[in-house]
Amino acid sequence: MTAARREGARQSRASIANRYDAWLRHHRLSAADSLHRVLTNKLSTLMTFMVIGIALALPVGLNVALDNARELSAGWESPSQISLFLEEQLSAAEGQELAAALEQRDDVATVEFVSRQDALAEFSALSGFADVLSSLEDNPLPDLLLVSPASGLAEDAVVTLKGELADREGVAEAVLDMEWLQRLNSIMELSQRLVLALGVLLVFGVVLILGNTIKLAIESRREEIVIVKLVGGSNPFVRRPFLYTGLWYGFGGGLVAALLVSASLWYLGKPVARLAALYSSDFSLDGLGVMGALNLLVLGGLLGLAGAWLAVTRHLAEIEPR
Amino acid sequence: MISFQRVSKRYAEGHDALREVSFDIAKDDLVFLTGHSGAGKSTLMRLIMLMDRATRGKVLVDGVDLATVGKRGIPGHRRNIGVVFQNHQLLFDRPVFDNVALPLVIGGYDYREVGRRVRAALDKVGLLSKERAMPLTLSGGEQQRVGIARAVVCRPRILLADEPTGNLDPELSAEIMRLFEDFNQVGVTVLIASHDLALISRLRHRILTLKEGRLVNGGVA
Ligand SMILES: Nc1ncnc2c1ncn2[C@@H]1O[C@H](COP(=O)(O)OP(=O)(O)OP(=O)(O)O)[C@@H](O)[C@H]1O
Ligand SMILES: [Mg+2]
Repeated sequence: MTAARREGARQSRASIANRYDAWLRHHRLSAADSLHRVLTNKLSTLMTFMVIGIALALPVGLNVALDNARELSAGWESPSQISLFLEEQLSAAEGQELAAALEQRDDVATVEFVSRQDALAEFSALSGFADVLSSLEDNPLPDLLLVSPASGLAEDAVVTLKGELADREGVAEAVLDMEWLQRLNSIMELSQRLVLALGVLLVFGVVLILGNTIKLAIESRREEIVIVKLVGGSNPFVRRPFLYTGLWYGFGGGLVAALLVSASLWYLGKPVARLAALYSSDFSLDGLGVMGALNLLVLGGLLGLAGAWLAVTRHLAEIEPR
Repeated sequence: MISFQRVSKRYAEGHDALREVSFDIAKDDLVFLTGHSGAGKSTLMRLIMLMDRATRGKVLVDGVDLATVGKRGIPGHRRNIGVVFQNHQLLFDRPVFDNVALPLVIGGYDYREVGRRVRAALDKVGLLSKERAMPLTLSGGEQQRVGIARAVVCRPRILLADEPTGNLDPELSAEIMRLFEDFNQVGVTVLIASHDLALISRLRHRILTLKEGRLVNGGVA
């Protein structure tokens, strides 16, 4: 009795091990067979790789570009400047005095006095409205103090400084010139979202393309599937080679995407470095990196699996021996 | 081994392909199934293979009521039965060896065992030398024998054959039938559908005759 049970236990353990071996063997077989098929149809495989590669490279490449842009802009010190418009009745001498007084503050680096005449001259030179302006009897511009906050001053400290300067006697209005930086930041955020949306769309596209490719593969092997089911092939058994096919297409597409992104970065690298040198910066483009490339490969593989799964669940069940 | 109890099969269009069919096939039996074209021979085989299910009545195979075999159980059920078809159902893009090996690959046998069994089966049907040939380069009779080798390679206890001699000449047909008799000799239950009455009446085995879906001869009372 116990001996028989022990025998039974040993047998069932052996049979689990056998079944595991068989399962593993079929995985290897399916993987190798589907890879062979994928590599045999060179042209159509290459097309599929390219389609998936381009669809993946687009959002990934844009994202890499955005990352670079963000890194570049983070390196810029916020070059805020406070413009103080002085009241009309203040004389130029009083303006100069105020400038000198302000320059004493710890949180102020420099103060530049721009007289209303200078301001008008500069404006008419820059705007091309010289004729119109010279026909004016009165100079409409006030005197101006350009205040640069001490370097390293935090953003809210600059805002506080602006408030304090606005309250000084003789100051009509204080304007903080950081809007363009904020604008840049919001443009970057918007681009980030656009890239994300584009990425999601293209990922869906890739899954659908792969699903269709696998569907065609299933159709072209319909008779074979019928025969396999007839001699006792289970659904997972029939499914396996097609899932591997999807995986290989996905991997190939991911590889192409990684190559495309790296190639474009390489292509852009030189001009960017030259441009950076012109701005006396040592900025250089950050590439995809090994991890980025691996991630692309894995992402491609997963999308391939997803597409294959979609096709297989929709089309395999309906192929039954008649 | 195979038992039909008042089995009826009505196709969706309302056509009754089988009506109240009852019979028992014992283990180790070799039984012929005959009848005019459209009598329901293939339908009967399809029920045994679970390619279709009975509308009424019970089909038992090896003591198992097929009504209790769910969708997931079908592949396992089919693996216990070898089938030979009139239209060979071979994989024409694979050599003979791969065709015969298919049930073993599905069954998860290891490479050495696959090689051994495939060669044994091919030897049995006299095609050992054609192992690497493609099916299209073989004659009809040879293709049929590849199908038989595939059906027996897993050593099933039941062997079904639907018109296995369909368009073969009498000599080849007799040879194929002899093969089935050999398998029957070693304990395989064999059911062969055929309308070659001249051939099967010479072989002195039990004959089930279907007529318009009814069993008119060879069944049980
Ligand atoms: N899938 C199906 N749908 C509807 N009717 C069918 C189907 N399969 C078979 N039939 C009908 O059932 C009847 C029996 O068909 P079956 O194929 O079992 O005959 P058979 O005895 O094998 O004939 P044959 O000797 O010509 O092969 C026929 O009248 C056929 O038209
Ligand atoms: Mg038939």
